[in-house]
Amino acid sequence: MKTRIAIGFFFFLLLVGTSKTAIGQEVEQKESEKGKFDASSFILDHIADSHEWHILTKTNGESVAIYLPVIVISKQNGLNVFSSKKLAHGKEYKGFKIEEEGDLKGKIVEVDANGQIDENNMPLDLSMTKTVIGMLSAAIIGLLIFLSLARSYKKTGISHPKGIQSFLEPVILFIRDDIAIPNIGLHKYEKYMPYLLTAFFFILINNLMGLIPFPPPFGANVTGNIAITFLLALCTFLITQFSGNKSYWKHVFATPGVPFWLLPIMIPVEIIGLFSKPFALMIRLFANMLAGHIVILSLICLIFIFDSLAVAPVSIFFVLFMDFMELLVAFLQAYIFTLLSSLFISLAVQESH
Amino acid sequence: MTGTLAAVGAGLAVIGAGLGIGRIGGSAMDAIARQPEAYSKIQIAMIISAALIEGVALFAVVIALIK
Repeated sequence: MKTRIAIGFFFFLLLVGTSKTAIGQEVEQKESEKGKFDASSFILDHIADSHEWHILTKTNGESVAIYLPVIVISKQNGLNVFSSKKLAHGKEYKGFKIEEEGDLKGKIVEVDANGQIDENNMPLDLSMTKTVIGMLSAAIIGLLIFLSLARSYKKTGISHPKGIQSFLEPVILFIRDDIAIPNIGLHKYEKYMPYLLTAFFFILINNLMGLIPFPPPFGANVTGNIAITFLLALCTFLITQFSGNKSYWKHVFATPGVPFWLLPIMIPVEIIGLFSKPFALMIRLFANMLAGHIVILSLICLIFIFDSLAVAPVSIFFVLFMDFMELLVAFLQAYIFTLLSSLFISLAVQESH
Repeated sequence: MTGTLAAVGAGLAVIGAGLGIGRIGGSAMDAIARQPEAYSKIQIAMIISAALIEGVALFAVVIALIK
């Protein structure tokens, strides 16, 4: 246990070292902005998904950004693939543009010959946005780490761990011995280990990558995007339902020990319960990561709200403190998601007694 | 106006979370004082429940944000 904690702390310090310098860059970049500072729109722009990866704005107003590919399918024009640079700053290309105002802000809309937007006929947007790039990079990093790990195990067999093995082996054992086995049980846990490990490390890598603000592909708010957490929760939901045994469904549709006249109330309640569990899972991860990003960005924004350099040290100190908190939250949320997933699966697979 | 109401809502959520986490912290202190050898186990359980309560508070914050 002690060594596990020590290894964890070492990793914490390593990461904080990188993120501190990155925050410095972020601040310098913002200092070039002149005029009145609108903190809330600045924060919301930073945490939202976007078609370009904004890096910095020069003093002359030019922005340096990585333009990501846009992939749209529309009913009139079919499949279109082009760079989002052609849509930057409200430009129009092939009848598409990025809406800048109102309810559809940030979405790609199709403009007809009269310059009107048809809200009922939106093009299907399959673009590689910031979140998609962040998520794919996290997946690639995860694959690289675990494939090299698998290769080294194949070569040396199970011996004393070395390198990154010595960091990941305790974590994997922790998920097996402290999450999967106590909840799901010794006989059935093996079937669910791949999912639990994948969910844990996918969330963890994404959380940690989101904390490092620079350079791309780091700093995308992936787990703070409700679509991603929705999909993760959906996976848990489907696995739970498909592994549900007879006694699980009996508990839903004919709860033992409940008089029959109460069943019309109990069955809907139980069915709502099936959905509310993964729903809470979705909101919990989303809200935690989103709130973390918002708090860190708000503290940076304090410098520009007060418009004084004297606030900067205080603000940076608080940001550093929050970064530590967020490192804890990054691990904790990955852990809680895995723990609750295994708990829900255990409810579905346990034998009646 | 909605912005102000959202801020009040977020503040109310913080009160609830503060009470909850405060109680957890207090009870954990009691437990550790009674059984110092179980320190690490109590600490882990405390952090987990604090995180769960924080999650509930953040639900409210998100609703206040969406408004």
